[in-house]
Amino acid sequence: MARRVFITGFGIISAIGNGVEETLASLTERKSGIGQVSFLKTSLSCFPVAEIRTDSDGLARLAGIPLSPVHSRTFLLGLIAAREAVRMSGCEGLCSSMGMIGSTTVAGIDQSDRYYRRLLCGEATHKDKIPSFECADSTELIADFFGITHHVTTISTACSSSANAIMNGARMIKCGVADRMLVGGSDSLSRFSMNGFNALEILSPTGCRPFDNDRNGITPGEGAAFLVLEAEEMVGSRTVYGEVSGYSNCNEAFHQTASLPDGTGAFLSISKALQSASIEASEIDYVNAHGTGTKVNDLSEGRALKTVFGKEMPLFSSTKGYTGHPFAAAGAMEAVFSLLSINHGLVFPNLAFETKMEEVDVVPVTQLCRRPIRRVLSNSFGFGGTDTTLIFSKV
Amino acid sequence: MMQAYINSIGIISPQLTFDGSFLSAPIVHVESQFLMCEEPVYKEFINPVQLRRMSRILKMGLGASSICMDARSDVRPDAIVVGTGLACVSDLEKFLLSIDDNQEKMLSPIPFINSSHNTVGAQIAMMRKLTGYNMTYCHRSFSFESALLDALMLIAEGGVSNTLVGGIDEHTEGFFKIFNLLDFWRKKSVDNLSLFEGSHLGTICGEGAAFFFLEKNRQDGTLAKITDVQTFLKECDASDVKGEMDAFLGRNGLTEVDVDMFVLGRNGDSFGDGIYLDLERLLPESCGIAYYKHLCGEYMTSTSFALWLAAQMLHTQKMPDVIIKNPVSGRQLRRILIYNHHRRKEHSLILVENADL
Repeated sequence: MARRVFITGFGIISAIGNGVEETLASLTERKSGIGQVSFLKTSLSCFPVAEIRTDSDGLARLAGIPLSPVHSRTFLLGLIAAREAVRMSGCEGLCSSMGMIGSTTVAGIDQSDRYYRRLLCGEATHKDKIPSFECADSTELIADFFGITHHVTTISTACSSSANAIMNGARMIKCGVADRMLVGGSDSLSRFSMNGFNALEILSPTGCRPFDNDRNGITPGEGAAFLVLEAEEMVGSRTVYGEVSGYSNCNEAFHQTASLPDGTGAFLSISKALQSASIEASEIDYVNAHGTGTKVNDLSEGRALKTVFGKEMPLFSSTKGYTGHPFAAAGAMEAVFSLLSINHGLVFPNLAFETKMEEVDVVPVTQLCRRPIRRVLSNSFGFGGTDTTLIFSKV
Repeated sequence: MMQAYINSIGIISPQLTFDGSFLSAPIVHVESQFLMCEEPVYKEFINPVQLRRMSRILKMGLGASSICMDARSDVRPDAIVVGTGLACVSDLEKFLLSIDDNQEKMLSPIPFINSSHNTVGAQIAMMRKLTGYNMTYCHRSFSFESALLDALMLIAEGGVSNTLVGGIDEHTEGFFKIFNLLDFWRKKSVDNLSLFEGSHLGTICGEGAAFFFLEKNRQDGTLAKITDVQTFLKECDASDVKGEMDAFLGRNGLTEVDVDMFVLGRNGDSFGDGIYLDLERLLPESCGIAYYKHLCGEYMTSTSFALWLAAQMLHTQKMPDVIIKNPVSGRQLRRILIYNHHRRKEHSLILVENADL
């Protein structure tokens, strides 16, 4: 069980940029991706979103493949990020020995939104879109692109999905089931999630303000991020960008959508992750919080952080003010931010924060900080009481 | 080494299985394009107030998992892992269609909330206050296999001593109609017990919920043990499958002759039956062969039904005629290999052994 899991590549696309370089520039220059909806056709356009301002045609070009009507936005985003990750890792020629765990909450929702009703009415002309409705679709298309054949699967655990994909890819390597895993997630902005969160009355009318006392909900986002994980002995002379050194998953067993107000769920998740990494809380240099900007999440997460870290609170921020909430992709995207933090010695600011929450004494980082970062803890929580915490370390 | 004992099973299927019987009741025999579950009276397991608000897949999931957990009532699951191909597709469909029906206004959030793919696992956790590891895999016909592998890893890692693992998918009208456009189903009603007669496009649609209490340690009621599971994604023929199978058995220190029975996912669809039939010709003549999809229909997590079947056969040493293609005669049933493929592309292997081995 002592096998170490190294990260040798990562890729990302979100509202703040295509690729690691653009992403890092936006993060350091406080360039938020949140704005008015432009490509998604929805009557909920009064709510800001973090949209990737490119249509499927443009995304296919970025992905470097011919545009096909059967390709969902979710797949195209995923492929763009996965290609960058594999390229960075130098594993292009090693994909046959790689497994893959993808993740998504709503699969090819752009396709199902457009075609589901017509197919239900028996319009067979669009039957080639049907596979894209399934969560497996984008994972399999990406696996096929790289020639990945074994250990291919997809996790769907709401907003912790891609954090779980990373955790379980790492576990498979540690257990000796696989040597190399491509892990991450992809979700596209959709009327489905816009309307779902609107029905729950948690869409922010102003743009999300994580951990602020006057926060008023989430800003939906989209994008994808993938990581290449490899067993230490497989890496050879290729560059290592970090290590998956701890993880945990637990369930709050409390409510389908709300987190435990006292933060005990998040507390359990964070504590178990620290335990799995065999480190003390004081060894964490930066926390990339889940911080969605809802009343409930940020309060319970803030309380959990306070309980774990007490007076010695490390620097922490939610980066959702940049990317909105990209649902399934959140964990993997924030893993990329964590790796950028470790590799560049940066802590990214929590945008749109002004006033501390009344109920709990926690203040996120609001300015870019430069300092050596050795360990980052990243939280991802979701519907169904799912809580996942990952710890990334410098190697 | 990864292995786990199956110490109890709760299964709701198109056959009478929820009461723990093993194909002893008359086999369900219908003329239809689909098979639906023989369901128990759910209020025996689920709070009636909550029951009224639940979608059918949730009732099936909570019902089957309750049966499974109640049979091991002295231990609580340390972890829950669910495999589901389409998860809460009826809620997803309801919410998706409501968006246009109501011009994006005044929508009920309930189907949205329940459409989350991890709802079954989450509701089991909530019902029983289980705060441990909770995971959901949604990958077509790999869903249950991925869940099983995760459970085996959890137990091997040593962080848990047991895991509740389930495979679940429901038949819905919408799902049936849509996949009918891809020729998944027979165009006309079929007698499920004659599913393998003749050559036809499409199969019979099915559904089911099967939960397994996997434990590190053997108990008095242990049914069987799971030794390994493998999936592979490629369009291939029977000889490729045989190659993968041999490699899979090889890494477990076995060869094909060590397998007493192969449980195959043949579904009577000429699109993919060829692989099973060709494979049978590549297997040793003396080995047993069984089919199961005429009893449960085709669904993404049907291998959970096959695993129940395998565990029951190993435990009881009974091999019901209704599933047997080639009998196993004159020897004890010690080892079963389940092989299934979906649309010739997703292939899976599950190795199940007698608990004594």
